[in-house]
Amino acid sequence: GAGTGAPAGQDAEPPAPGRVLFPPTFSVSEIKNKQRRHFMFLRWKQQQRKEKLALRKKRRKEREALGDKAPPKPIPKTIENQRVYDETTVDPNDEEVAFDEATDEFAPYFNRQTVPKILITTSDRPRGRTVRFCEQLSTVIPNSHVYYRRGLALKRIIPQCIARDFTDLIVVNEDRKIPNGLVLSHLPDGPTAHFRMSSVRLRKEIKRKGKPPTEHAPEVILNNFTTRLGHSIGRMFASLFPHDPQFIGRQVATFHNQRDYIFFRFHRYIFKSEKKVGIQELGPRFTLKLRSLQKGTFDSKFGEYEWIHKRREMDTSRRKFHL
Amino acid sequence: NEYNLTGLCNRSSCPLANSQYATVREEKGRCYLYMKVIERAPFPRRLWEKVLLSKNYEKALEEIDENLIYWPRFIRHKCKQRFTKITQYLIRIRKLTLKRQRKIVPLRRKIERREKRREEKALIAAQLDNAIEKELLERLKQDTYGDIYNFPIHAFDKALQEQDAESESESDMEKEKENEDEDKREFVEADDSDLSDFEDMDKLETSSEEEQEDEEETEKEASHPKSKGKTPLKGPTRRKRPHIEIEYEEETEPAAKTKGS
Repeated sequence: GAGTGAPAGQDAEPPAPGRVLFPPTFSVSEIKNKQRRHFMFLRWKQQQRKEKLALRKKRRKEREALGDKAPPKPIPKTIENQRVYDETTVDPNDEEVAFDEATDEFAPYFNRQTVPKILITTSDRPRGRTVRFCEQLSTVIPNSHVYYRRGLALKRIIPQCIARDFTDLIVVNEDRKIPNGLVLSHLPDGPTAHFRMSSVRLRKEIKRKGKPPTEHAPEVILNNFTTRLGHSIGRMFASLFPHDPQFIGRQVATFHNQRDYIFFRFHRYIFKSEKKVGIQELGPRFTLKLRSLQKGTFDSKFGEYEWIHKRREMDTSRRKFHL
Repeated sequence: NEYNLTGLCNRSSCPLANSQYATVREEKGRCYLYMKVIERAPFPRRLWEKVLLSKNYEKALEEIDENLIYWPRFIRHKCKQRFTKITQYLIRIRKLTLKRQRKIVPLRRKIERREKRREEKALIAAQLDNAIEKELLERLKQDTYGDIYNFPIHAFDKALQEQDAESESESDMEKEKENEDEDKREFVEADDSDLSDFEDMDKLETSSEEEQEDEEETEKEASHPKSKGKTPLKGPTRRKRPHIEIEYEEETEPAAKTKGS
Protein backbone atom coordinates (compact mmCIF):
# COMPACT_ATOMS: atom_id res chain seq x y z
CA GLY A 1 0.00 0.00 0.00
CA ALA A 2 0.99 3.63 -0.24
CA GLY A 3 3.34 4.91 2.36
CA THR A 4 1.39 6.44 5.21
CA GLY A 5 2.37 9.91 6.17
CA ALA A 6 5.79 9.91 4.59
CA PRO A 7 7.27 13.39 4.85
CA ALA A 8 8.22 15.26 1.76
CA GLY A 9 11.94 14.91 2.15
CA GLN A 10 12.04 11.15 1.87
CA ASP A 11 13.33 9.22 -1.14
CA ALA A 12 10.72 7.43 -3.17
CA GLU A 13 12.85 4.34 -3.57
CA PRO A 14 15.65 3.49 -1.19
CA PRO A 15 18.89 3.93 -3.18
CA ALA A 16 22.08 1.98 -2.53
CA PRO A 17 23.15 2.40 1.10
CA GLY A 18 26.53 3.82 0.21
CA ARG A 19 25.10 6.98 -1.24
CA VAL A 20 22.21 7.83 0.95
CA LEU A 21 21.74 11.49 1.59
CA PHE A 22 19.45 12.48 4.35
CA PRO A 23 18.25 16.04 4.12
CA PRO A 24 19.25 17.89 7.22
CA THR A 25 15.80 18.46 8.63
CA PHE A 26 14.86 14.82 8.40
CA SER A 27 14.80 12.50 11.35
CA VAL A 28 14.05 8.83 11.28
CA SER A 29 11.49 9.13 14.03
CA GLU A 30 9.11 11.07 11.84
CA ILE A 31 8.18 8.11 9.69
CA LYS A 32 4.92 6.67 10.88
CA ASN A 33 5.26 3.27 9.31
CA LYS A 34 7.11 1.01 11.69
CA GLN A 35 8.72 -1.26 9.17
CA ARG A 36 9.94 1.58 7.06
CA ARG A 37 11.10 3.48 10.06
CA HIS A 38 13.04 0.50 11.26
CA PHE A 39 14.60 0.07 7.87
CA MET A 40 15.59 3.69 7.63
CA PHE A 41 17.02 3.58 11.11
CA LEU A 42 19.20 0.62 10.25
CA ARG A 43 20.46 2.41 7.24
CA TRP A 44 21.18 5.51 9.21
CA LYS A 45 23.11 3.43 11.71
CA GLN A 46 25.15 1.81 8.99
CA GLN A 47 25.99 5.17 7.62
CA GLN A 48 27.11 6.41 11.01
CA ARG A 49 29.35 3.43 11.43
CA LYS A 50 30.88 3.96 8.03
CA GLU A 51 31.60 7.56 8.79
CA LYS A 52 33.20 6.63 12.09
CA LEU A 53 35.38 4.03 10.45
CA ALA A 54 36.43 6.47 7.76
CA LEU A 55 37.33 9.03 10.38
CA ARG A 56 39.40 6.56 12.31
CA LYS A 57 41.25 5.44 9.21
CA LYS A 58 42.01 8.98 8.29
CA ARG A 59 43.36 9.71 11.72
CA ARG A 60 45.52 6.65 11.71
CA LYS A 61 46.92 7.58 8.31
CA GLU A 62 47.75 11.01 9.60
CA ARG A 63 49.52 9.52 12.57
CA GLU A 64 51.59 7.27 10.41
CA ALA A 65 52.38 10.07 8.05
CA LEU A 66 53.68 12.23 10.84
CA GLY A 67 55.70 9.38 12.27
CA ASP A 68 57.79 10.63 15.13
CA LYS A 69 56.32 14.07 15.19
CA ALA A 70 52.84 12.77 15.87
CA PRO A 71 51.23 14.23 18.97
CA PRO A 72 50.97 11.73 21.83
CA LYS A 73 47.90 9.58 22.00
CA PRO A 74 45.09 11.16 23.96
CA ILE A 75 44.44 9.62 27.35
CA PRO A 76 41.25 7.56 27.43
CA LYS A 77 38.59 8.88 29.71
CA THR A 78 37.86 6.75 32.71
CA ILE A 79 35.46 7.28 35.52
CA GLU A 80 38.35 7.96 37.84
CA ASN A 81 39.65 10.59 35.44
CA GLN A 82 36.31 12.24 35.10
CA ARG A 83 35.55 12.19 38.78
CA VAL A 84 33.81 15.29 40.05
CA TYR A 85 36.28 17.10 42.22
CA ASP A 86 35.28 16.81 45.83
CA GLU A 87 36.07 19.85 47.87
CA THR A 88 36.77 17.81 50.94
CA THR A 89 39.69 16.05 49.31
CA VAL A 90 42.56 15.85 51.71
CA ASP A 91 45.78 17.49 50.73
CA PRO A 92 48.70 15.57 52.25
CA ASN A 93 50.25 18.74 53.63
CA ASP A 94 47.11 20.18 55.04
CA GLU A 95 47.74 21.45 58.53
CA GLU A 96 44.14 21.59 59.55
CA VAL A 97 43.69 17.94 58.73
CA ALA A 98 46.84 17.03 60.59
CA PHE A 99 45.65 18.95 63.61
CA ASP A 100 42.25 17.30 63.47
CA GLU A 101 43.80 13.92 63.28
CA ALA A 102 46.01 14.61 66.22
CA THR A 103 42.99 15.38 68.35
CA ASP A 104 40.30 13.02 67.15
CA GLU A 105 39.17 9.76 68.66
CA PHE A 106 41.93 7.73 67.04
CA ALA A 107 44.74 9.83 68.38
CA PRO A 108 45.30 7.52 71.36
CA TYR A 109 45.75 4.63 68.98
CA PHE A 110 48.16 6.44 66.72
CA ASN A 111 50.12 7.70 69.68
CA ARG A 112 50.43 4.12 70.82
CA GLN A 113 48.55 4.69 74.02
CA THR A 114 45.97 1.99 73.43
CA VAL A 115 46.28 -1.52 72.12
CA PRO A 116 43.44 -2.58 69.87
CA LYS A 117 41.15 -5.24 71.26
CA ILE A 118 38.24 -6.18 69.09
CA LEU A 119 34.93 -7.82 69.88
CA ILE A 120 33.19 -9.51 66.98
CA THR A 121 29.57 -10.43 67.27
CA THR A 122 26.55 -11.01 65.09
CA SER A 123 22.89 -10.24 65.06
CA ASP A 124 20.50 -12.70 66.68
CA ARG A 125 20.63 -16.33 65.82
CA PRO A 126 23.45 -16.43 63.34
CA ARG A 127 23.42 -19.12 60.68
CA GLY A 128 26.40 -21.31 59.76
CA ARG A 129 27.85 -19.05 57.13
CA THR A 130 27.88 -16.04 59.37
CA VAL A 131 29.39 -18.01 62.21
CA ARG A 132 32.22 -19.25 60.05
CA PHE A 133 32.76 -15.81 58.63
CA CYS A 134 33.13 -14.39 62.12
CA GLU A 135 35.62 -17.06 63.04
CA GLN A 136 37.73 -16.35 59.98
CA LEU A 137 37.54 -12.66 60.57
CA SER A 138 38.86 -13.16 64.06
CA THR A 139 41.86 -15.07 62.71
CA VAL A 140 42.58 -12.21 60.35
CA ILE A 141 42.41 -9.50 62.99
CA PRO A 142 44.79 -10.19 65.83
CA ASN A 143 43.60 -9.76 69.40
CA SER A 144 39.95 -10.21 68.54
CA HIS A 145 37.31 -12.26 70.26
CA VAL A 146 34.04 -13.65 68.99
CA TYR A 147 31.05 -13.71 71.27
CA TYR A 148 27.61 -14.81 70.28
CA ARG A 149 24.66 -12.76 71.18
CA ARG A 150 21.77 -14.57 72.74
CA GLY A 151 19.21 -11.88 72.65
CA LEU A 152 21.28 -9.23 74.36
CA ALA A 153 20.64 -5.64 73.51
CA LEU A 154 23.55 -3.74 72.03
CA LYS A 155 22.94 -0.86 74.37
CA ARG A 156 23.76 -3.13 77.27
CA ILE A 157 26.71 -4.81 75.65
CA ILE A 158 28.53 -1.58 74.99
CA PRO A 159 29.10 -0.47 78.59
CA GLN A 160 30.29 -3.97 79.45
CA CYS A 161 32.74 -3.89 76.57
CA ILE A 162 34.10 -0.56 77.64
CA ALA A 163 34.54 -1.91 81.14
CA ARG A 164 36.56 -4.82 79.82
CA ASP A 165 38.88 -2.61 77.79
CA PHE A 166 37.71 -3.40 74.32
CA THR A 167 38.59 -0.75 71.79
CA ASP A 168 36.37 -1.78 68.89
CA LEU A 169 33.14 -3.57 68.30
CA ILE A 170 32.19 -5.28 65.06
CA VAL A 171 28.63 -6.50 64.55
CA VAL A 172 27.98 -8.65 61.52
CA ASN A 173 24.38 -8.39 60.48
CA GLU A 174 22.79 -11.34 58.80
CA ASP A 175 19.82 -11.72 56.53
CA ARG A 176 18.55 -15.00 55.16
CA LYS A 177 21.64 -16.91 56.12
CA ILE A 178 24.16 -14.60 54.52
CA PRO A 179 26.00 -11.77 56.20
CA ASN A 180 24.99 -8.52 54.61
CA GLY A 181 25.86 -5.70 56.96
CA LEU A 182 28.65 -4.59 59.22
CA VAL A 183 28.61 -2.15 62.06
CA LEU A 184 32.02 -0.99 63.16
CA SER A 185 32.11 0.99 66.34
CA HIS A 186 35.11 2.47 68.06
CA LEU A 187 34.39 1.94 71.68
CA PRO A 188 35.38 4.55 74.12
CA ASP A 189 32.91 6.95 72.64
CA GLY A 190 34.13 6.68 69.12
CA PRO A 191 32.43 6.96 65.76
CA THR A 192 30.23 4.21 64.47
CA ALA A 193 30.22 3.27 60.84
CA HIS A 194 27.48 1.22 59.27
CA PHE A 195 28.33 -0.64 56.06
CA ARG A 196 26.48 -2.78 53.66
CA MET A 197 28.54 -5.91 53.00
CA SER A 198 28.42 -7.87 49.80
CA SER A 199 30.27 -10.64 47.97
CA VAL A 200 31.46 -12.40 51.05
CA ARG A 201 33.76 -15.29 50.23
CA LEU A 202 34.88 -17.62 52.94
CA ARG A 203 38.26 -19.26 52.89
CA LYS A 204 37.08 -22.48 51.37
CA GLU A 205 35.52 -20.64 48.47
CA ILE A 206 38.72 -18.92 47.48
CA LYS A 207 40.69 -20.71 44.85
CA ARG A 208 44.34 -21.50 45.37
CA LYS A 209 44.33 -20.36 48.93
CA GLY A 210 47.27 -21.25 51.08
CA LYS A 211 47.61 -22.35 54.64
CA PRO A 212 45.42 -20.61 57.19
CA PRO A 213 46.59 -17.22 58.40
CA THR A 214 49.09 -17.33 61.22
CA GLU A 215 49.06 -15.32 64.40
CA HIS A 216 51.47 -12.69 63.15
CA ALA A 217 50.21 -9.15 63.01
CA PRO A 218 49.54 -8.28 59.39
CA GLU A 219 50.48 -5.12 57.59
CA VAL A 220 47.74 -2.82 56.48
CA ILE A 221 47.31 -1.19 53.11
CA LEU A 222 44.76 1.59 52.74
CA ASN A 223 44.27 2.67 49.14
CA ASN A 224 42.43 5.59 47.67
CA PHE A 225 40.88 7.17 50.71
CA THR A 226 40.99 10.71 49.50
CA THR A 227 38.29 12.84 51.08
CA ARG A 228 37.94 13.82 54.70
CA LEU A 229 35.26 11.22 55.13
CA GLY A 230 37.41 8.62 53.46
CA HIS A 231 40.28 9.62 55.68
CA SER A 232 38.35 9.08 58.86
CA ILE A 233 37.07 5.73 57.67
CA GLY A 234 40.59 4.75 56.73
CA ARG A 235 41.84 5.62 60.17
CA MET A 236 39.04 3.59 61.62
CA PHE A 237 40.19 0.54 59.71
CA ALA A 238 43.78 1.15 60.60
CA SER A 239 42.96 1.28 64.28
CA LEU A 240 41.70 -2.28 64.18
CA PHE A 241 45.17 -3.70 63.64
CA PRO A 242 48.14 -3.60 65.97
CA HIS A 243 50.45 -0.72 65.42
CA ASP A 244 53.57 -2.72 64.67
CA PRO A 245 53.16 -5.35 62.02
CA GLN A 246 55.35 -8.39 62.18
CA PHE A 247 57.10 -8.59 58.87
CA ILE A 248 58.11 -12.15 59.52
CA GLY A 249 54.52 -13.17 59.00
CA ARG A 250 54.46 -11.65 55.51
CA GLN A 251 50.76 -11.07 55.67
CA VAL A 252 48.96 -8.02 54.47
CA ALA A 253 45.39 -6.86 54.85
CA THR A 254 44.21 -4.47 52.17
CA PHE A 255 41.34 -2.03 52.23
CA HIS A 256 41.04 -0.65 48.74
CA ASN A 257 38.51 2.03 47.99
CA GLN A 258 37.27 2.27 44.43
CA ARG A 259 34.23 4.34 43.53
CA ASP A 260 32.92 4.20 47.08
CA TYR A 261 33.25 0.44 47.35
CA ILE A 262 35.82 -0.75 49.85
CA PHE A 263 37.34 -4.08 48.92
CA PHE A 264 38.94 -6.11 51.67
CA ARG A 265 41.54 -8.71 50.83
CA PHE A 266 43.98 -10.67 52.93
CA HIS A 267 47.15 -11.95 51.27
CA ARG A 268 50.44 -13.50 52.01
CA TYR A 269 53.27 -12.01 49.99
CA ILE A 270 56.77 -13.02 49.07
CA PHE A 271 59.41 -10.99 47.34
CA LYS A 272 60.86 -13.01 44.53
CA SER A 273 63.26 -10.27 43.57
CA GLU A 274 63.42 -6.57 44.16
CA LYS A 275 61.08 -5.92 41.30
CA LYS A 276 58.67 -8.80 41.62
CA VAL A 277 56.41 -9.83 44.41
CA GLY A 278 54.07 -12.76 44.53
CA ILE A 279 50.87 -12.64 46.50
CA GLN A 280 48.60 -15.44 47.52
CA GLU A 281 45.13 -14.78 48.77
CA LEU A 282 44.44 -16.34 52.14
CA GLY A 283 41.64 -15.06 54.13
CA PRO A 284 38.07 -14.10 53.63
CA ARG A 285 37.19 -11.34 51.23
CA PHE A 286 34.29 -8.97 51.19
CA THR A 287 33.26 -5.57 49.89
CA LEU A 288 31.79 -2.80 51.95
CA LYS A 289 29.79 0.23 51.07
CA LEU A 290 29.44 2.93 53.65
CA ARG A 291 25.90 3.74 54.61
CA SER A 292 26.24 6.01 57.56
CA LEU A 293 28.73 7.39 60.00
CA GLN A 294 27.57 8.28 63.47
CA LYS A 295 29.44 10.40 65.91
CA GLY A 296 28.99 8.51 69.15
CA THR A 297 28.70 4.82 69.78
CA PHE A 298 25.95 2.80 68.25
CA ASP A 299 22.58 4.33 68.92
CA SER A 300 19.90 4.06 66.36
CA LYS A 301 17.46 6.51 67.90
CA PHE A 302 19.37 9.40 69.32
CA GLY A 303 22.60 9.18 67.43
CA GLU A 304 24.13 12.18 65.82
CA TYR A 305 24.89 11.32 62.25
CA GLU A 306 27.97 12.72 60.65
CA TRP A 307 27.14 11.34 57.26
CA ILE A 308 24.25 9.35 55.83
CA HIS A 309 24.00 8.09 52.33
CA LYS A 310 20.95 9.75 50.90
CA ARG A 311 20.17 8.12 47.66
CA ARG A 312 18.20 10.90 46.09
CA GLU A 313 20.73 13.57 46.73
CA MET A 314 23.97 11.72 46.46
CA ASP A 315 23.43 9.29 43.64
CA THR A 316 22.52 11.88 41.06
CA SER A 317 25.84 11.95 39.30
CA ARG A 318 27.72 8.92 38.10
CA ARG A 319 31.02 10.67 38.51
CA LYS A 320 30.68 11.80 42.05
CA PHE A 321 32.07 9.72 44.88
CA HIS A 322 32.20 10.45 48.54
CA LEU A 323 34.99 8.37 49.95
CA ASN B 1 -16.54 -15.30 57.18
CA GLU B 2 -15.28 -13.18 60.03
CA TYR B 3 -17.70 -14.70 62.50
CA ASN B 4 -16.66 -18.25 61.76
CA LEU B 5 -15.75 -20.27 64.81
CA THR B 6 -13.48 -22.98 63.55
CA GLY B 7 -12.13 -21.43 60.38
CA LEU B 8 -13.35 -24.30 58.24
CA CYS B 9 -16.19 -24.05 55.76
CA ASN B 10 -18.59 -26.77 56.84
CA ARG B 11 -22.27 -27.00 57.23
CA SER B 12 -21.93 -27.16 60.99
CA SER B 13 -19.49 -24.28 61.31
CA CYS B 14 -20.97 -21.76 58.92
CA PRO B 15 -22.40 -18.69 60.67
CA LEU B 16 -24.77 -18.08 57.78
CA ALA B 17 -26.13 -21.59 57.62
CA ASN B 18 -26.83 -21.88 61.33
CA SER B 19 -29.46 -19.78 62.99
CA GLN B 20 -27.96 -20.28 66.44
CA TYR B 21 -24.25 -19.55 66.49
CA ALA B 22 -21.54 -18.14 68.75
CA THR B 23 -17.94 -16.99 68.29
CA VAL B 24 -15.12 -15.45 70.25
CA ARG B 25 -13.27 -12.57 68.64
CA GLU B 26 -10.72 -10.14 69.96
CA GLU B 27 -10.48 -6.45 69.41
CA LYS B 28 -7.54 -4.33 70.57
CA GLY B 29 -6.42 -6.97 73.00
CA ARG B 30 -9.83 -7.61 74.60
CA CYS B 31 -11.93 -10.72 73.85
CA TYR B 32 -15.64 -10.62 73.11
CA LEU B 33 -18.21 -13.36 72.84
CA TYR B 34 -20.57 -12.94 69.90
CA MET B 35 -23.89 -14.77 69.90
CA LYS B 36 -26.57 -15.09 67.26
CA VAL B 37 -30.06 -16.47 67.94
CA ILE B 38 -32.97 -17.13 65.71
CA GLU B 39 -35.19 -14.61 67.49
CA ARG B 40 -33.10 -11.77 66.18
CA ALA B 41 -32.88 -13.13 62.62
CA PRO B 42 -35.14 -10.41 61.16
CA PHE B 43 -33.08 -7.66 62.79
CA PRO B 44 -29.72 -7.73 61.08
CA ARG B 45 -28.47 -4.76 63.04
CA ARG B 46 -29.03 -6.41 66.37
CA LEU B 47 -28.23 -9.89 65.17
CA TRP B 48 -24.91 -10.41 66.92
CA GLU B 49 -24.86 -9.92 70.66
CA LYS B 50 -21.46 -8.81 71.91
CA VAL B 51 -20.34 -9.67 75.44
CA LEU B 52 -17.04 -8.48 76.87
CA LEU B 53 -15.10 -11.29 78.51
CA SER B 54 -13.03 -10.76 81.62
CA LYS B 55 -9.29 -10.49 81.41
CA ASN B 56 -8.89 -13.31 83.85
CA TYR B 57 -8.67 -16.58 81.95
CA GLU B 58 -10.72 -18.79 84.29
CA LYS B 59 -13.34 -16.17 84.85
CA ALA B 60 -13.70 -15.66 81.14
CA LEU B 61 -14.21 -19.39 80.64
CA GLU B 62 -16.93 -19.35 83.27
CA GLU B 63 -18.54 -16.42 81.54
CA ILE B 64 -18.57 -18.29 78.27
CA ASP B 65 -20.18 -21.25 80.00
CA GLU B 66 -22.74 -19.07 81.67
CA ASN B 67 -23.68 -17.26 78.46
CA LEU B 68 -23.83 -20.35 76.34
CA ILE B 69 -25.73 -22.45 78.86
CA TYR B 70 -28.14 -24.85 77.11
CA TRP B 71 -26.29 -24.34 73.81
CA PRO B 72 -24.98 -27.33 71.85
CA ARG B 73 -21.80 -28.85 73.23
CA PHE B 74 -19.96 -28.37 69.97
CA ILE B 75 -20.30 -24.61 69.94
CA ARG B 76 -19.44 -24.25 73.62
CA HIS B 77 -16.32 -26.37 73.23
CA LYS B 78 -15.13 -24.62 70.15
CA CYS B 79 -15.70 -21.22 71.66
CA LYS B 80 -13.54 -22.08 74.63
CA GLN B 81 -10.84 -23.48 72.40
CA ARG B 82 -10.82 -20.38 70.28
CA PHE B 83 -10.68 -18.19 73.31
CA THR B 84 -7.68 -20.10 74.61
CA LYS B 85 -5.84 -19.75 71.36
CA ILE B 86 -6.54 -16.03 71.21
CA THR B 87 -5.24 -15.41 74.71
CA GLN B 88 -2.10 -17.38 73.91
CA TYR B 89 -1.26 -15.33 70.90
CA LEU B 90 -1.99 -12.10 72.71
CA ILE B 91 0.52 -13.09 75.36
CA ARG B 92 3.09 -13.81 72.70
CA ILE B 93 2.56 -10.43 71.05
CA ARG B 94 3.14 -8.66 74.33
CA LYS B 95 6.31 -10.65 74.96
CA LEU B 96 7.71 -9.97 71.51
CA THR B 97 7.16 -6.24 71.65
CA LEU B 98 9.39 -6.11 74.69
CA LYS B 99 12.28 -7.69 72.87
CA ARG B 100 14.15 -5.91 70.08
CA GLN B 101 12.24 -6.13 66.86
CA ARG B 102 13.90 -6.57 63.53
CA LYS B 103 13.21 -3.66 61.32
CA ILE B 104 12.17 -4.92 57.94
CA VAL B 105 13.36 -2.65 55.20
CA PRO B 106 12.11 -3.38 51.71
CA LEU B 107 14.76 -3.97 49.09
CA ARG B 108 14.40 -2.04 45.92
CA ARG B 109 15.15 -4.30 43.05
CA LYS B 110 16.39 -1.68 40.67
CA ILE B 111 18.73 -0.24 43.23
CA GLU B 112 20.06 -3.62 44.20
CA ARG B 113 20.77 -4.46 40.60
CA ARG B 114 22.46 -1.13 40.07
CA GLU B 115 24.64 -1.50 43.12
CA LYS B 116 25.68 -4.98 42.14
CA ARG B 117 26.63 -3.89 38.68
CA ARG B 118 28.57 -0.92 39.94
CA GLU B 119 30.41 -3.08 42.38
CA GLU B 120 31.48 -5.43 39.64
CA LYS B 121 32.72 -2.57 37.53
CA ALA B 122 34.53 -1.03 40.45
CA LEU B 123 36.21 -4.35 41.12
CA ILE B 124 37.46 -4.52 37.56
CA ALA B 125 38.63 -0.94 37.67
CA ALA B 126 40.41 -1.47 40.95
CA GLN B 127 42.88 -4.07 39.65
CA LEU B 128 43.49 -5.14 43.19
CA ASP B 129 46.38 -7.50 42.64
CA ASN B 130 48.36 -4.91 40.77
CA ALA B 131 47.64 -2.25 43.32
CA ILE B 132 48.70 -4.45 46.20
CA GLU B 133 51.87 -5.56 44.47
CA LYS B 134 52.74 -2.00 43.62
CA GLU B 135 52.23 -0.87 47.16
CA LEU B 136 54.35 -3.69 48.53
CA LEU B 137 57.17 -2.90 46.15
CA GLU B 138 56.94 0.74 47.13
CA ARG B 139 57.30 -0.22 50.73
CA LEU B 140 60.25 -2.40 49.90
CA LYS B 141 61.87 0.53 48.15
CA GLN B 142 61.15 2.83 51.04
CA ASP B 143 63.03 0.34 53.14
CA THR B 144 60.28 -0.22 55.63
CA TYR B 145 61.32 -3.84 55.88
CA GLY B 146 64.80 -3.00 56.93
CA ASP B 147 67.31 -5.74 56.59
CA ILE B 148 65.00 -8.69 56.13
CA TYR B 149 65.34 -8.84 52.39
CA ASN B 150 68.79 -8.70 50.85
CA PHE B 151 68.64 -7.75 47.25
CA PRO B 152 71.99 -6.34 46.27
CA ILE B 153 70.88 -4.86 43.01
CA HIS B 154 67.98 -3.23 44.74
CA ALA B 155 70.30 -1.49 47.15
CA PHE B 156 72.32 -0.21 44.26
CA ASP B 157 69.24 1.08 42.47
CA LYS B 158 68.31 2.90 45.62
CA ALA B 159 71.73 4.43 45.72
CA LEU B 160 71.23 5.49 42.14
CA GLN B 161 67.97 7.17 42.93
CA GLU B 162 69.49 8.91 45.86
CA GLN B 163 72.27 10.15 43.67
CA ASP B 164 69.70 11.63 41.35
CA ALA B 165 67.80 13.09 44.25
CA GLU B 166 70.95 14.63 45.59
CA SER B 167 71.76 16.34 42.39
CA GLU B 168 68.30 17.82 42.28
CA SER B 169 68.00 18.99 45.87
CA GLU B 170 69.28 22.35 47.05
CA SER B 171 70.15 21.45 50.61
CA ASP B 172 73.36 22.33 52.37
CA MET B 173 73.90 18.63 52.61
CA GLU B 174 74.96 18.70 49.03
CA LYS B 175 77.61 21.24 49.64
CA GLU B 176 78.83 19.37 52.65
CA LYS B 177 78.93 16.25 50.63
CA GLU B 178 80.80 17.96 47.92
CA ASN B 179 83.36 19.09 50.38
CA GLU B 180 83.71 15.59 51.62
CA ASP B 181 83.95 14.47 48.06
CA GLU B 182 86.71 16.89 47.49
CA ASP B 183 88.51 15.78 50.59
CA LYS B 184 88.11 12.17 49.75
CA ARG B 185 88.79 12.75 46.14
CA GLU B 186 92.11 14.17 46.99
CA PHE B 187 92.91 11.11 48.96
CA VAL B 188 91.68 8.83 46.24
CA GLU B 189 93.58 10.50 43.45
CA ALA B 190 96.79 9.60 45.17
CA ASP B 191 96.08 5.98 44.29
CA ASP B 192 96.66 4.85 40.77
CA SER B 193 94.52 1.79 40.21
CA ASP B 194 91.06 2.33 38.74
CA LEU B 195 89.54 -0.38 40.80
CA SER B 196 90.50 1.15 44.12
CA ASP B 197 89.23 4.45 42.76
CA PHE B 198 85.83 3.01 42.31
CA GLU B 199 85.93 1.18 45.58
CA ASP B 200 86.56 4.37 47.40
CA MET B 201 83.82 6.07 45.48
CA ASP B 202 81.71 3.25 46.76
CA LYS B 203 82.71 4.01 50.34
CA LEU B 204 82.02 7.61 49.71
CA GLU B 205 78.64 6.79 48.34
CA THR B 206 77.69 4.57 51.26
CA SER B 207 78.64 7.22 53.75
CA SER B 208 76.74 9.86 51.88
CA GLU B 209 73.85 7.43 51.56
CA GLU B 210 73.85 6.94 55.29
CA GLU B 211 73.66 10.63 55.89
CA GLN B 212 70.98 11.01 53.30
CA GLU B 213 69.05 8.14 54.82
CA ASP B 214 69.29 9.60 58.28
CA GLU B 215 67.65 12.69 56.96
CA GLU B 216 65.01 10.69 55.19
CA GLU B 217 64.40 8.65 58.28
CA THR B 218 63.61 11.66 60.43
CA GLU B 219 61.37 13.01 57.69
CA LYS B 220 59.48 9.78 57.46
CA GLU B 221 58.91 9.46 61.18
CA ALA B 222 57.41 12.88 61.35
CA SER B 223 55.18 12.20 58.39
CA HIS B 224 51.78 10.65 58.00
CA PRO B 225 50.96 8.10 60.66
CA LYS B 226 49.18 5.97 58.12
CA SER B 227 52.21 4.19 56.74
CA LYS B 228 52.94 1.38 59.05
CA GLY B 229 55.90 -0.44 60.33
CA LYS B 230 58.79 1.94 60.09
CA THR B 231 61.83 0.23 61.45
CA PRO B 232 64.96 2.31 61.88
CA LEU B 233 66.85 2.45 58.64
CA LYS B 234 70.23 0.92 58.44
CA GLY B 235 72.42 2.03 55.64
CA PRO B 236 73.28 -0.74 53.28
CA THR B 237 76.83 -1.62 54.03
CA ARG B 238 77.12 -4.10 51.27
CA ARG B 239 79.93 -3.80 48.86
CA LYS B 240 79.04 -3.52 45.29
CA ARG B 241 80.73 -5.72 42.82
CA PRO B 242 83.20 -3.81 40.76
CA HIS B 243 81.91 -4.69 37.32
CA ILE B 244 78.47 -3.39 38.03
CA GLU B 245 79.88 -0.17 39.36
CA ILE B 246 81.82 0.49 36.27
CA GLU B 247 78.81 -0.05 34.06
CA TYR B 248 76.46 2.18 35.91
CA GLU B 249 78.80 4.87 36.98
CA GLU B 250 79.51 5.80 33.43
CA GLU B 251 75.84 6.20 32.73
CA THR B 252 75.02 8.34 35.71
CA GLU B 253 77.85 10.82 35.44
CA PRO B 254 76.39 12.64 32.44
CA ALA B 255 72.93 12.56 34.01
CA ALA B 256 74.25 14.23 37.14
CA LYS B 257 75.97 16.82 35.05
CA THR B 258 72.89 17.68 33.03
CA LYS B 259 70.79 17.95 36.15
CA GLY B 260 73.35 20.15 37.81
CA SER B 261 73.50 22.45 34.82
